[in-house]
Amino acid sequence: MKTLEIPVVKLPKETEELRREIRQFLKEEIENGLIETKCDCWLSGFSEDFSRKMGARGWIGMTWPKKYGGGERSSVERYVVTEEMLAAGAPVSGHWIADRQTGPLLLKYGTEEQKQFFLPRIAKGECYFAIGLSEPNAGSDLAALQARAVKVDKGWILNGSKIWTSGAHHAHYSIVLCRTTPMDPNNRHAGMSQLIVDLNAPGVTIRPIHLMTGEHHFNEVFFEDVFVPDGMVVGTLGNGWAQGMAELAYERSGPERILSTFPLLNELTNVLIEKCDAKGLNEVSRLISRLWTLRNMSLGIARLLEEGVPSNIIASLVKDMGTQFEQEIPEITRLLVSVIPLTDSENRLERFLAQSILQSPGFTLRGGTTEILRGIVAKGVINQ
Amino acid sequence: MSEMKDMILESAVKIFEKYSTKEVVNDAEKGQWAAELWENLEAYGMLGVGVPEELGGSGGDLDDALSILQMAGKYSAPIPLAETFIANWLLSDLGESVVEGIVTIPGQNSTEPFQLQKSGQGWIINGKAKYVPWARNAEKLLVAGESIDGTVLLVLPLEKAEIKPGKNMAGEARDEVIFDQVYIEECQTVSVDYSALTKKLYYAGALTRSVLMAGAIERVLDVTINHTNERSQFGRPIHRFQAIQHHLAALAGETAGAGIAAKYAVDAFGTNPFSKELAYAKIRINEAAGKVNTIAHQVLAAIGFTYEHTLHHSTRRLWSWREEFGTESDWEQVITEELLKLEKNELWSVITGVVKHAKKVGIQ
Repeated sequence: MKTLEIPVVKLPKETEELRREIRQFLKEEIENGLIETKCDCWLSGFSEDFSRKMGARGWIGMTWPKKYGGGERSSVERYVVTEEMLAAGAPVSGHWIADRQTGPLLLKYGTEEQKQFFLPRIAKGECYFAIGLSEPNAGSDLAALQARAVKVDKGWILNGSKIWTSGAHHAHYSIVLCRTTPMDPNNRHAGMSQLIVDLNAPGVTIRPIHLMTGEHHFNEVFFEDVFVPDGMVVGTLGNGWAQGMAELAYERSGPERILSTFPLLNELTNVLIEKCDAKGLNEVSRLISRLWTLRNMSLGIARLLEEGVPSNIIASLVKDMGTQFEQEIPEITRLLVSVIPLTDSENRLERFLAQSILQSPGFTLRGGTTEILRGIVAKGVINQ
Repeated sequence: MSEMKDMILESAVKIFEKYSTKEVVNDAEKGQWAAELWENLEAYGMLGVGVPEELGGSGGDLDDALSILQMAGKYSAPIPLAETFIANWLLSDLGESVVEGIVTIPGQNSTEPFQLQKSGQGWIINGKAKYVPWARNAEKLLVAGESIDGTVLLVLPLEKAEIKPGKNMAGEARDEVIFDQVYIEECQTVSVDYSALTKKLYYAGALTRSVLMAGAIERVLDVTINHTNERSQFGRPIHRFQAIQHHLAALAGETAGAGIAAKYAVDAFGTNPFSKELAYAKIRINEAAGKVNTIAHQVLAAIGFTYEHTLHHSTRRLWSWREEFGTESDWEQVITEELLKLEKNELWSVITGVVKHAKKVGIQ
């Protein structure tokens, strides 16, 4: 079936050198106590200093044009950087969304001014973005969103709120999907636009929503008569839904949908090798086969996206399968080793296991719930 | 991939569509040899794809041959195509010409080497091989042999062998071949290392089963989707129900996963016939086979459980093929052996194939 065809991607030799460079850098950062390995680091590992260092090394905005601060490198090289960071559990959450999503969005739809202003800052690792999609009454049914902007002289007045906004308390800006014409019940997807909102602007309030662990990643963001200049509209007015949906293929098929609990798998493997536990390692071998398959799917989609091939269906598939895999790792780990997961433990296995278990409900929710993804996939294959 | 691929594949599909029909597959299960199917593949040069022309093949590369095999899996072709391909690869790797006609190999790894004794101008052969695909229809059997001169790769004519017919869960011929003091005038022998030959057969066998299964899984997805379009309950086609949609999505995921795993295995085999990627693929596709069958039979309900429907052509083959040339557990042990050699924190190097120094770990 054509929809499910994914190409084989052969990583060029040059990427091996890049990998070694990244691994050396990460090793030094860890050995010097500057960063700490963490599961689910792209959501919960934050370090301004680390993001800036990545920017300085050219590892943010890698594929973007040089004139906007990018490195004009291939999407495969970018893939290498992101997966190396995730495998090491490095604190990448600060710049993650801006690098993954906002940059490509602005490159595709942004005005020249927007590109010149934002892209170099993002690439330096100094400018972070949050995603403003979900609302209290618009979750899986995103088209029910109500945030709206009304035209005024030289700009827009935004009112409404966004919820479950990861990292809004660290981010400088948010891409907010809102209605710029009132909702048409017969065409709910029409009349939406994407606005770049300065999160320090008057009228913006960010309220933390603590996760069940007590950690602060989520926020609710309120907009009360926030003025957004005309120059901050992304792309075509009224085309926000289509623009936003195109972004999702990037969001759904990346290595962060596979590797969130990799530090735990690595630690489990270390422990089993030390104990010469062949039976346990057989289970790990099976996980490796799954990971190998998922990674090859994800890499293939990265190539398709670079070539401009619509990949929404297979990207949704990868997210569904990859996040289930992420959830499986702690469940299999606890059956292979007898340890008590402890959040604050000195022992890496105990700590990573606790992190993985406690973060795992989010894997199959964020970026489109499993249920929504399966609907997209099923309709995609039926319509073949 | 050769440039001929699309053309070769198109002709292969036409042949399978015409000669590997529901009736042919059902008749094969009752013992009827799919002669027309085989003869047409032969006439169009499909059997020799992936073998250089100077060795009697018809050119093209391994990738071409395996894409034909994937279609054979999709169309449940009841013929020893995988076995003939493997025999030809082994021979051409050794610089030998391919064998004319239908060749098979033992489907079980535990086969003891056949014994050869020089006798006058010919040989006396003793040996037994179980679970040999289509031995009853094949003209030749490729096995490991042992003589006073050492181990050899042996191509034995089957006319004088005793054949005890058997079949796998899909009704595909899996016969026992017995050579009891059989005198043979002439047979092709090539000196080989026994354990290397056994390993090669095992890995190549696993690759062919992975590819066949990827094809069969594609078919299961197609059949399931068609069914959910055609079958209505509660006044609408059943694909409109969320419960069914979730099944379809999971099925599509396994299909895409099996497809990409097979592609990477084929690719790896070309550069290293003992690549760990063959192990990863067999494990992953075996796993997919189980899941896919469960889902498809659940969605098709009672009709899919009948002989009348063709779903079982694919699902019974998947259940059979996943056990051939290594179960998940067999291949997991192969990977575990490599893992036990690792130093701390080297798992990621295994997955990416890039290690600190020049030494290679894991994926080769």
